[in-house]
Amino acid sequence: MAKKERMSGNEAVAYGIRQVNPDVMPAFPITPSTEIPQFVSTMIANGEIDTEFIPVESEHSSMSAAMGSEAAGARTLTATSSAGLAFMWEVLYVAASSRLPICMTVVNRALTGPLNINADHSDSMGARDSGWLQIYAETNQEVYDNFLQAYRIAEHPDVRLPIMICQDGFITSHAVQNITLWDDEPIKQFVGEYNPEHYLLKHNEPMAVGPYAVSNYCMEAKRAQAEGMIKAKQVILDVAKEFEEVTGQKYGLFEAYDLEDAEYAMVAIGSICGGIKDAVDELRAQGMKVGLLKVRVYRPFPAQEIADALRNCKAVAILDRAEGYSTQGGPLGADVRAALCKYKVTAENVNILYGLSGRDTKVEELVEVYHQLEQLANGENPFDEYPYLGLRG
Amino acid sequence: MNGLTEIRWHGRGGQGAKTAALLLADVAFNTGKYVQGFPEYGPERMGAPITAYDRISDKEIRVHSNIYEPDYVAVVDDTLLHSINVTEGLSKDGGILINTTKSREEILPLLHGYEGEVHLIDCRDICHKTLKKYFPNTPMLAGIVKISGVMDEETFLKEMEGSLKHKFAKKPEVLEGNMQALRLALKEVH
Repeated sequence: MAKKERMSGNEAVAYGIRQVNPDVMPAFPITPSTEIPQFVSTMIANGEIDTEFIPVESEHSSMSAAMGSEAAGARTLTATSSAGLAFMWEVLYVAASSRLPICMTVVNRALTGPLNINADHSDSMGARDSGWLQIYAETNQEVYDNFLQAYRIAEHPDVRLPIMICQDGFITSHAVQNITLWDDEPIKQFVGEYNPEHYLLKHNEPMAVGPYAVSNYCMEAKRAQAEGMIKAKQVILDVAKEFEEVTGQKYGLFEAYDLEDAEYAMVAIGSICGGIKDAVDELRAQGMKVGLLKVRVYRPFPAQEIADALRNCKAVAILDRAEGYSTQGGPLGADVRAALCKYKVTAENVNILYGLSGRDTKVEELVEVYHQLEQLANGENPFDEYPYLGLRG
Repeated sequence: MNGLTEIRWHGRGGQGAKTAALLLADVAFNTGKYVQGFPEYGPERMGAPITAYDRISDKEIRVHSNIYEPDYVAVVDDTLLHSINVTEGLSKDGGILINTTKSREEILPLLHGYEGEVHLIDCRDICHKTLKKYFPNTPMLAGIVKISGVMDEETFLKEMEGSLKHKFAKKPEVLEGNMQALRLALKEVH
């Protein structure tokens, strides 16, 4: 049973939070994620959930408190954006290396410089190497569904890593759209209770969390952490399969849209994929073989699967919504290109920066990129040396 | 229009253009449509120009970009006509609705030669007669429903009554005034 509704992405996440009813939520407000702790506070005040909300004085503290409560054995949630995520930096790594399956709903917003509140991925992309799992959403539906799967993935004994559930600030977080909401009971059963094997408050099993590790042990700890990330891929697929049995919604590591026979493909993350799908439909109607690979799971990075999905393309455009300032493009570009190289995919490729600090991208611009890919495959590279989509001259 | 109607709202911070856009998405959803209602966010402050958007469709809406070629435009504050080209990209098969106390002759020269239908509404008068307070978004909402035909008037009034009852559950006394404003606005769009 499901309910057709309309709501914003932030409301959808809050609806999921009500269903999951996490034990503890420390949070500090920052646009555009502020609504999430607001909604949670309201739900607590109304007696809809019994989550312990901890108002803190900064994001460094919210992540520290999240670590403390998760280590104690409580299912823990926080939310943030942009500079808030940046301020958590030090603690992000400690949470991951301490194997604490905290869930953080990230409402993606540009990092400051110049000051801007709109969507890009510079906040969570910067944290891509912090050891957190990262799952991204195109729509309000996806961020809701991803959130419902988050704890099952993060808390799995093979994984035990914190997880970021990301959506594009304002574009999905504040836009009201249609959504299908799942009934409470099957969702509660699907998510289940949190029964960690080891935790600080287990009185008959004294343990330390986050102690000093000498060089003799530290590298082994890192490798063990990487093992959690490696195994996460299968766990994500298993959880998605179970979620499909409950809801009928299908999720994978990525979505392949008209990719099977595509000669020209785009690889992208987040809300832009809706516009790309419209561009694909428009060009397919004209007989052009184009497709989209929408990355859902960015950490762990499904390199081989992505390379295989792009193997028969003639040219591929990788779209990044975060500058890397490596002068070689953005983070998704670097990862996809490494995958293409490692798994010997010979398609021409280009890495394009778009949508920084909320710059709007039109479908017609995306259509043009597909035409440019055709030129690229034909040996006439039409792209700038350092391509920025929609940049004003 | 391929089953898709796109509407752009121009207003000033504090006038409720964003609320109107989200309410329109709400009522359209209730009639079984796919909807998208969203404002353009920035450094908002009272009185600054703001833009909000609605997509209403028979099919799933996937694109998330702003609307550049709207079918209809709603202008909540006629002082914006001097600083913003509100008809930019507006389909000449569609129309524009402007909240103003001015005459058609005064307004038309400000519309950059727009060739589509121009509708005027005096929200201040309607609000004065019904709400006793100036909330221009309520009559504007009725006006845009009327000129765009995204739903029939009776369905609109019925759905609005339901959602206003819900919204003002603790202030039932304001329901009748709002309903009167909507009914009067449907008559007063010229």
